[in-house]
Amino acid sequence: MTERMTILVCGGTGCIALESNEIIAALKEKLADVGLTEEIRIIRTGCFGFCGQGPIIKLQPDNITYVQVGVEDVNEIVDEHIVKGRIVERLLYVNPRTEELVKTSEEMDFYKKEYRIALRNLGLINPEDILEYIAMKGYEALAVCLNERTPEDVVQLIKDSKLRGRGGGGFSTGLKWELTAREESDEKYIICNADEGDPGAFMDRSILEGDPHSVLEAMAIGGYATGANIGIVYIRAEYPLAYKRLQIALSQAREYGFLGKNIFDSGFDFDVEIRLGAGAFVCGEETALINSVMGRRGEPTKKPPYPSVSGFRGKPTSVNNVETLANIVPILLNGPEWFSSIGTDTSKGTKVFALAGKINNVGLVEVPMGTTLREIIFDIGGGIIGGKEFKAVQTGGPSGGVITKEDLDTPIDYESLKAIGSMMGSGGMIVLDEDDDMVELAKFYLDFTQDESCGKCTPCRVGTKRLHEILDRLTRMEGSPEDLDLLEDLSYNIKYSALCGLGQTAPNPVLSTMKYFRSEYDAYAYRTKRIAFKIIEDKCIGCTKCARVCPVACIEGSPKRPHVIDEADCIACGACYDACPVDAIERP
Amino acid sequence: MAIKSLEELRELRKSLQNTLKQRESAVGQNDQIELLVGMGTCGIAAGARDTYQALMDVTHQRGLDNVRIISVGCIGSCTMEPTVEIHMPGREALIYGKITKKRVAQLVDDVLINNGYLDDNLLIKSFQKAVT
Amino acid sequence: MDKEHLNMRSLDVGKLAALNNYISDLSDPEGSLINILHRAQDLFGYIPINLQLHIARKLKIGAAKVNGVVSFYSYFTQEKTGRHVVSVCMGTACYVKGAEKVLHAMLDELGATKGKATDDGQFTIRDVRCVGACGLAPVVTVGEKVYDNVTVDDVKRILDEYRGEKRGH
Repeated sequence: MTERMTILVCGGTGCIALESNEIIAALKEKLADVGLTEEIRIIRTGCFGFCGQGPIIKLQPDNITYVQVGVEDVNEIVDEHIVKGRIVERLLYVNPRTEELVKTSEEMDFYKKEYRIALRNLGLINPEDILEYIAMKGYEALAVCLNERTPEDVVQLIKDSKLRGRGGGGFSTGLKWELTAREESDEKYIICNADEGDPGAFMDRSILEGDPHSVLEAMAIGGYATGANIGIVYIRAEYPLAYKRLQIALSQAREYGFLGKNIFDSGFDFDVEIRLGAGAFVCGEETALINSVMGRRGEPTKKPPYPSVSGFRGKPTSVNNVETLANIVPILLNGPEWFSSIGTDTSKGTKVFALAGKINNVGLVEVPMGTTLREIIFDIGGGIIGGKEFKAVQTGGPSGGVITKEDLDTPIDYESLKAIGSMMGSGGMIVLDEDDDMVELAKFYLDFTQDESCGKCTPCRVGTKRLHEILDRLTRMEGSPEDLDLLEDLSYNIKYSALCGLGQTAPNPVLSTMKYFRSEYDAYAYRTKRIAFKIIEDKCIGCTKCARVCPVACIEGSPKRPHVIDEADCIACGACYDACPVDAIERP
Repeated sequence: MAIKSLEELRELRKSLQNTLKQRESAVGQNDQIELLVGMGTCGIAAGARDTYQALMDVTHQRGLDNVRIISVGCIGSCTMEPTVEIHMPGREALIYGKITKKRVAQLVDDVLINNGYLDDNLLIKSFQKAVT
Repeated sequence: MDKEHLNMRSLDVGKLAALNNYISDLSDPEGSLINILHRAQDLFGYIPINLQLHIARKLKIGAAKVNGVVSFYSYFTQEKTGRHVVSVCMGTACYVKGAEKVLHAMLDELGATKGKATDDGQFTIRDVRCVGACGLAPVVTVGEKVYDNVTVDDVKRILDEYRGEKRGH
C-alpha cells in the first residue's frame, strides 16, 4: 500500500440516502485542495450496520470511527485529523449508557448485537469438505458423547441449556428428546425437519448449504440420546443445492466413520437418509411431515398419540428443526451454562431471522433472544428502503401476525411475541412500509393457506376459502360492513376448531391486521377507499384510445400528449388498461 | 479411513491447524492467499459461479500459484452477493460484495497483486460468533 | 375418461426403463413413493395419468393412492409443460415487492393462462412458493437461470431471450 491513510465511507443504502456520496465527493475535493490525493485513499464500503448513526466514516490505520458525519464536517476532518493528527471529538459516538466517547467501532455496542451460534460456520468453511468442518472441532462433541456420556447425560445437558425448538412452537428440545428416550421400542427415529415452508424464511436452507455437517452431527447425537439408529432429513425439493451439499456431507461422514456401524468404537450405530418434500406447507406440522416421509399425502393426524410415542412407522420419533439442531454442537462443546447465559428468562440462546421486504439490508441476522425489533430493523437491517415510513413487520409467516411501530421496542422472545399477537414462527420477518395495503396482505396469506390446506378438516378446508372470498370481495370494493363481523366470527371459529396448527393459526394474519389496521378494512367495507388506475407519463404516446373507452370520462389529454386519469372519478374498471397499446397504464 | 477415537480425531484436527489459523483469526499466517467465495443459492443466483471461475482463470493468468479459492456458504448479506472474502498474509481479512465476474480482474490486480483496495463495496463484518 | 389417457404405449420406453431401474433399487418402494414421483417428473417433465398407473402397478398399490399423492403436492404436475417453464416467485418478500404485477405482465405478454402451456407449446408461466432468494426479490426463474429484481419492464426482454431461441431450432 502506498497510501498512508484510508478513509472508509459507509455506502450502505441508508447512508447513501443521508448523502454519503456527497461526503465522498467533498472529501475528494478537499484532499485535492490540500494536496493529499496521492496519500489518502477513499473507499466506499457496504453497510456498517449502525444506520441510526449514519453516515459513518472510519479512518484506517488509526481505527477511528466518526458518526453522523455531514458534508459540512469534511473540512474539519481533513484539517484536524488527517493533516494535524487530532481526533475530532465532537464526531465520535457517545455511549448512551456511560456517556463516554467511543473511538473505535469495536468498542461500540452495536457490534455486539449480532451473535452467531447456529450460523457460526457460514461463509467460513467449505461445506463440501469435511476436513474444514473437522478443523472447526467438528464431530468432537459426538465423540465425547459416545465415549464419555450416557444418553441420559446428553438429554440432561440439552435440558439444562433450555434450548427450545426454533421451527415455530418453541417446545423444549431436551424434553422432546427425553419423551422419545423413555419409550421402550426396538426401533426409534430422529427426523430433521428441513421443509422450510414459510415463504420469506431461508435460514434453514442457508445452514444446510453452508454447514451441513453440523446438522448431521447433531442428528447422530440426538439419535444416541433418544436411542434412535436411523435419522431422516426431510427437505424441500425447491432446495436442490442444499440437497446436493447434504448428500456430499453424508457420504463424507460415512467415509470417516462418523455415521454407520460402531461409531467411535462405541457400539453405537447410526445412519441418515434423505427424503424429499414436494411442496406442501402443512408438512411443517410434525404428524403431517411423518406421513409425507412415509410416501403418503401429508395430512396431519390427531395428537395424542404424539410422535415421541408413535411416529414414523408407528415407532417413537423425535422431529427437530434444522436451526434447532445447528445449536446442539456448540451447546455440548461450550456447556449448557454458556448457552443459558444468553437470552431472556424464558427463551435462551439466539434466533436467526430472515429479513426481507422493504428493508435495506435483506439477509440473515442472528441475535440473542431479547433483542428488540427496532435494533434488528433499524440498526442491523439498515431501515426502510427509500427512507419511507415503517409501517409494520410481519413475523411468523402465514401463521403469524403484524407488529406495529408501537411495539418496536419489545424485546423479542417466544412469549413476548405471542403477547403482542404475533409469533416467533421460523423467523421470517417481512418489513412493510407506508405503501403496503394490509387488507391485501391478509388476502395474500389467506390465498396461501387456503391453497395449502390439506383438506382433512372442514374448518380449515372450507373456512380459509371463505375467509379468502370475503377478503377478495372487500378488496374489489364489493364488500359491506357486515363482512367485517363475518370475517372476525369465522376467524375465531377456525382458530378454535381446526385440527392442526396450520388451520388453527391460519386466521392470524386477518385477526392481527384487523386489530391494528381496522381503518383500512373500514375503507374497503364502506367503499371509501380510493383505487384508481394510473398512466405512466413516459410511456404514454397520446393515442387517445384510453380516453375513448373510459365509461366515466375521467381521462383527459390532447392527442400525442401524455394523458392523465382523474383518480377521484376512476372506478377501476380496467377498460383503459385493456385498450392501451403500449402498456402505459398501471393497475392499482 | 474411519476414525475410531476422540484422540485420532483431535490429531487430525491438529494436522489441519495451519489452514485453520488463517481462517479463525482471519489474518494470513503463511504465504497462502485464501479467497472464500459465497456459494449459497442467493450467491449463485447473483453470479457466484462465474465469479469463482473467473477467479481461477485470472489468478492463473497472472501466475499467482499461492492462491486457494474455496467455495463457502453465504454470510447472510443477500443484497451484496456475490461476496468474496480475502485472507492475505499480514493483512486484515477483507470481504467485498457485488464481485461479479466483470470485477474479478480488478480485484486480483488491485488487492492481491498491488496489495491495495477496491474503491467500492468493502463489507464490514458486524457480528461476533460463538467460539467453540 | 379419455382412453388415450390410459394408453401405456405412448410412454417413452427408454425413460420407463430408467424409472423401473430406479424403483427396483429401492429397499422400501411404497414408502419412497414421493422420491419415485420426483424421479418420474425429472424424466418425463410431468406425471400423466398413464404414468401414474404404471407406477401403481409397479408398486402393487392402488392407482388412486398414487393419484392422491400426485395431486396433493404442488411440486408435481399432471399437465404437459411448455418448452420453457417460467416460474414467478410468490413468496412474501417477492409479493410485497411487486411479483404479482410481474406475473400478470408475463401472462398478458403471452396471452397465457397460469399453469397451462401456451398454444405453441413454448412456455408455461407458473407461480411458485418461495425459492428462498429473498435478497433478489422479485425473482423469476427460467429453467436454471435466475432473474433478480424483476420489474414489469423486464418481462418482454426476458421472454424474448427464449422466443429468439425458437428460431434457432
